Amino acid sequence: MSNTTSNPSQERDEENATELGAAGSQLSTAPREETLAGLPAMGVIGWIRWFWRQLTSMRVALILLFLLSLGAIPGSLIPQNSVDELKVQTFKDAHTVVTPIYEKLQFFDVYSSVWFSAIYILLFVSLIGCIVPRTGTFVGQLRSRPPGAPKRLTRLPAYTTWRTEATPEQVHEAALAIVRKRRFRAHIAGDAVAAEKGYLREAGNLIFHVALIVMLVAFAWGQLFKYEGAKLVVEGDGFSNTITQYDNFKSGSLYDNDSLTPFSFTLDDFVGTYERKGPQIGTPRTYEARVTFSDGAYGKEEKRVIKVNEPLVVHGTKVYLNAHGYAPVVSVKDGRGKEVYKDAVPLLPIDNNVTSSGAIKVLDGYRDKNGKKDQLGFQAFFVPTFAGNGKGTMFSQFPAADFPVLALNGYHGSIGVNSGIAQNVYQLDTSKMKEFKDAKGKQLKQRLLVGETMKLPDGAGSITFEGIQEWASFQISEQPASGWALTGAVAAIAGLAGSLFIQRRRVWVRAVRGDDGTTVVEMAGLGRSESAKLPEELADLAVKLNAEAPTAPGTDSDVDEASSVEPAEGAEK
Amino acid sequence: MNLAAATNENLAHTSNVLIYSSMAVYTLAFFAHIAEWVFGSRSKVGRTAAALTTVEAAAAASTVKVQVAQKGGTTAVLERPKVITRAAAGSRDVPDGPGAAGGTFKGDLYGRMAVSLTVLAFLVEAGGVVARALSVQRAPWGNMYEFSITFSTVAVGAYLILLALKKNVRWMGLILVTAVLLDLGLATTVLYTSSDQLVPALHSYWLWIHVSTAIICGAVFFIGGIGTFIYLFRDSYENKIANGGEPGSFAHSVLSRMPSASTLDKFSYRVNAAVFPLWTFTIIAGAIWAGDAWGRYWGWDPKEVWSFITWVAYAAYLHARATAGWKGRKAAYLALIAFGCWIFNYYGVNIFVTGKHSYAGV
Repeated sequence: MSNTTSNPSQERDEENATELGAAGSQLSTAPREETLAGLPAMGVIGWIRWFWRQLTSMRVALILLFLLSLGAIPGSLIPQNSVDELKVQTFKDAHTVVTPIYEKLQFFDVYSSVWFSAIYILLFVSLIGCIVPRTGTFVGQLRSRPPGAPKRLTRLPAYTTWRTEATPEQVHEAALAIVRKRRFRAHIAGDAVAAEKGYLREAGNLIFHVALIVMLVAFAWGQLFKYEGAKLVVEGDGFSNTITQYDNFKSGSLYDNDSLTPFSFTLDDFVGTYERKGPQIGTPRTYEARVTFSDGAYGKEEKRVIKVNEPLVVHGTKVYLNAHGYAPVVSVKDGRGKEVYKDAVPLLPIDNNVTSSGAIKVLDGYRDKNGKKDQLGFQAFFVPTFAGNGKGTMFSQFPAADFPVLALNGYHGSIGVNSGIAQNVYQLDTSKMKEFKDAKGKQLKQRLLVGETMKLPDGAGSITFEGIQEWASFQISEQPASGWALTGAVAAIAGLAGSLFIQRRRVWVRAVRGDDGTTVVEMAGLGRSESAKLPEELADLAVKLNAEAPTAPGTDSDVDEASSVEPAEGAEK
Repeated sequence: MNLAAATNENLAHTSNVLIYSSMAVYTLAFFAHIAEWVFGSRSKVGRTAAALTTVEAAAAASTVKVQVAQKGGTTAVLERPKVITRAAAGSRDVPDGPGAAGGTFKGDLYGRMAVSLTVLAFLVEAGGVVARALSVQRAPWGNMYEFSITFSTVAVGAYLILLALKKNVRWMGLILVTAVLLDLGLATTVLYTSSDQLVPALHSYWLWIHVSTAIICGAVFFIGGIGTFIYLFRDSYENKIANGGEPGSFAHSVLSRMPSASTLDKFSYRVNAAVFPLWTFTIIAGAIWAGDAWGRYWGWDPKEVWSFITWVAYAAYLHARATAGWKGRKAAYLALIAFGCWIFNYYGVNIFVTGKHSYAGV
C-alpha cells in the first residue's frame, strides 16, 4: 500500500527491470503495479479510467479479498434467516437492544446483504477486469517467440560461462537441440538462443480464475432456480410431488412452480437404532426410511431405502431424510359412544431422547352426551422410554420405543380453526376452550400405556392410546446448475495446481567469438523468484552443452571473474 | 458378540496407553531439543560473522562433480560448470544460521537424539491412532479428540518427511514438539471422548476423504505457520543489524542460529502454496458431501463460513506475496491470520458455535 518509505526491494526491482528490458518482463502476465501517487488529470473519463485501474489492480483485489473474509464473519456468529429462521426469532426476542441495529445492517441475512454482495461483485468485476487483458497478453505471448537475450547475462539469477573451440553456430545448434529436447520453446535470436518453458503456469492461473467465475454464476443460477420443501410423512402415508402436498415450500425467485418433477412415494417403515450402552447411550446409529416409490405420474412401483447420506434422486430432484419422530395412534369416542376420530398424530421431538409434544385436535363430528356439537383438544406429551412409575418425570430415557407412555390433558370448546388464521398443528390454542376437570376439580391429566383409555368426565366420551407409528420428515429439493458448479470446482483445482506447481522460466545461451579466437559461451536462466530449481536446471543444461562444446584447454572457467559487475569479456560483442 | 466388544475395548485402552506413552517420549524429545539449544548457545563459531555480513550480490558459486554417462557405457566424472546464483532482487543476501546446535558437537548430539526420540514418539503415537481406528472400525477422526491426535501425528509426520528429504527444517524441532505436547495435553484432558460409533450423518466414505484432507491441510499449514512466525522475528533481527542496531543477547543467540529471513519466507510460501490446492479440494469435497447429506452443497453453516474465510485469507496471502508493497512482513501477517482462521475453524467453531458440524461429544 504505502510507497512513502523508500523501499529498497522496489528500487532494486526497478533497477532490474530496466536492465533486463523486454527479456525480464512478461514472465507472467501480471499487470504492472501503479502507485496511488499518479492521480489523473481532471475530467470524467480520466476519473473513470483511474477508478477502473484501481479496481483492477492487485492491491485493491487484496483489500477486497480481505473485506470478503471479514464480511463473512458476522454470518457465522449471528443466526441467519437462510439457515434457521426460528433461531433468528429467538435471538431477536432475546436481544431487543441490538436487533434494530443488526436489522439495519442486514446482519440476519449477511450473505444476501447489499454490502456483502457489493464486496464480491466488485471482486469479480476486478477479477474479470484483470483476467481479460491477461488472457490477451498470454495469447500474444503464445503466438510470439521467447524474447531475445538481455545485454548482460551476468545480471540474471543463474549464470555460467566457459570458452570452447566449437564455433558459435555449432554451439547455437547444439543448445537449440538440447533445450528443445527438454520441451522448451526456443529459437535463435541474434547471437543467442532464447528458450522458454512452463507456459502452463499462466494457463493454469487463467483457468483457475475463470473457473471461479463459473462457480459463482452456477451458484447464483442455482439460487434463482432452486426450490426446497419439507414434508412430514407418517408410516403408511404417502407423498406425491405437487406443491399442495408440502408442509412448507421455498423457491428461488425465478422458479416455475409447474416444473415440479412428478413422482410419489409411500413410507412403509422407518427404522432407527440407537447406541444401547456406554457414555454415548442414545446416540443414533442408523436411520433409514423404507419407501415404495414410483417415478412419474403413473410409474411402476419399486422399493427404495432413503438414508441420511443417501438421498433418493429423481431426475435432479433429491429427497433427503432429515428428521423423524413418533406419531401415537389415538381414537376418540364422543358422548354417544361413537368413534369420531382415529388417527396417528405426529408429535415433535423436543430433546435427543425424543421426548415429544404436540396436540390432538378433534374438529368435526364430536357431540357431547346431550348431542351438542363441540370440539375437543388434547395437549399430548409422549416419551418412547418412560423411566418407570413413581420415579419418572415425563422425560424420555432413551430414543427407542421401549416403554412408551402418552400423557394427555383435555379441553373442549372452540379450537379456533374457523377464525381463518393459520394454526400450528402442534400447538393448541386454549384461549376459547375449557379444561376437563377430574373429580377433585383439578385439571384432568392422565398417563396412558398402549391400549389404555382416558375417560372424559361427565360422560363426555373417552380417548384411547391405540398404538405407535413413526414418522419421517423429508426435505425435497432441486438445485439446478450444480453440475456446472462441480465442473468449475474441478477446473479450479486443476488450474490452481498448474499455477502453483509449474515454474515458468527462460534460458538464454549466448555464443560469440572471443578476442583469442575461442568461442565464449554464456548461459543464464530467469524464473519467478520462488524457483529454487532454476540453477540446478541450468547446470544440467550446461553439462549437456558442455559435452557438445567442451571447455577449451587452458581456459579456466571465467565464472569467478564474471561475478564481478563487469560482464564477461567479449560477451557484449 | 460380547467377545468382539471386549476386544474393541482392549484396543481402545491400548490406544490410550500408546498416546500417553508418546507424550512421555515427546517430553524427552523436548528436553533433548532444549539441551541442543543450550549447548549450541555456548559456541559462537561461524555465527557472528556469518549472520552479520550483508554482502551486495554475494556470489555463491558451487562446483559440483557430476557423473555423465558416455557412449559405450563408460562413465566419466565431469566437472560441472560453476553456476553463479544471484539472490532475487530486494532480498538480503544473508546466509542461513547454523541451526540449533550452533555447530557444536554436543549440541548436535542432543539434536540428533531429539530427532530420534521424535521419530520414536511419532511411531508410538501413530500406533495409538491406528489402535483407535481399529477399536472403532472406522476412520480415526469422528470427534475432536480423535481429530487432535491424528492432527499432531500428521504434523510430526510431515516434519519428519521434510527432514528425510534433507530439507532444512531441524530448526523447528523444539517449537513443533512443544506444540504437539500442548495439542496432546488438550486432547487427553479436555477433549477426551471414549471410543464409539458415529452418528448416522457421518456414515459416509466422504468422512475418509473430506476430514483426512482437512487434517493434512491443517498440519501442513501449521508447519508453514511456524516458518512464518520465526520469519517475522528473524526479519526484524536482520533489519536491526542492517540498520546498525544491537539485538538483545537472547534474541541474538536464538535468532542467529535460525535460517535467514529469506529462506524462512520461501519455506513457508512453498509449504502454504503446496497445500492450498488440497485445501480447495477439502472444501469442495465437503460441499459434495453436504449435497448428499443435507440437501444443499453450500449453505453458510459456520464451519463452511470459516473454511471459506480461511481459503480467502490464504488466497490473499498468495496474492500478497506477488504484489509489490505487500510481500515480506505484510504477507507474513496475512499468512498468520489465515492460519488463525484455520485454528478458529477447528476449535472455535466446534466449541463456541453450533451448526451442522456439531457432532458426537464435541
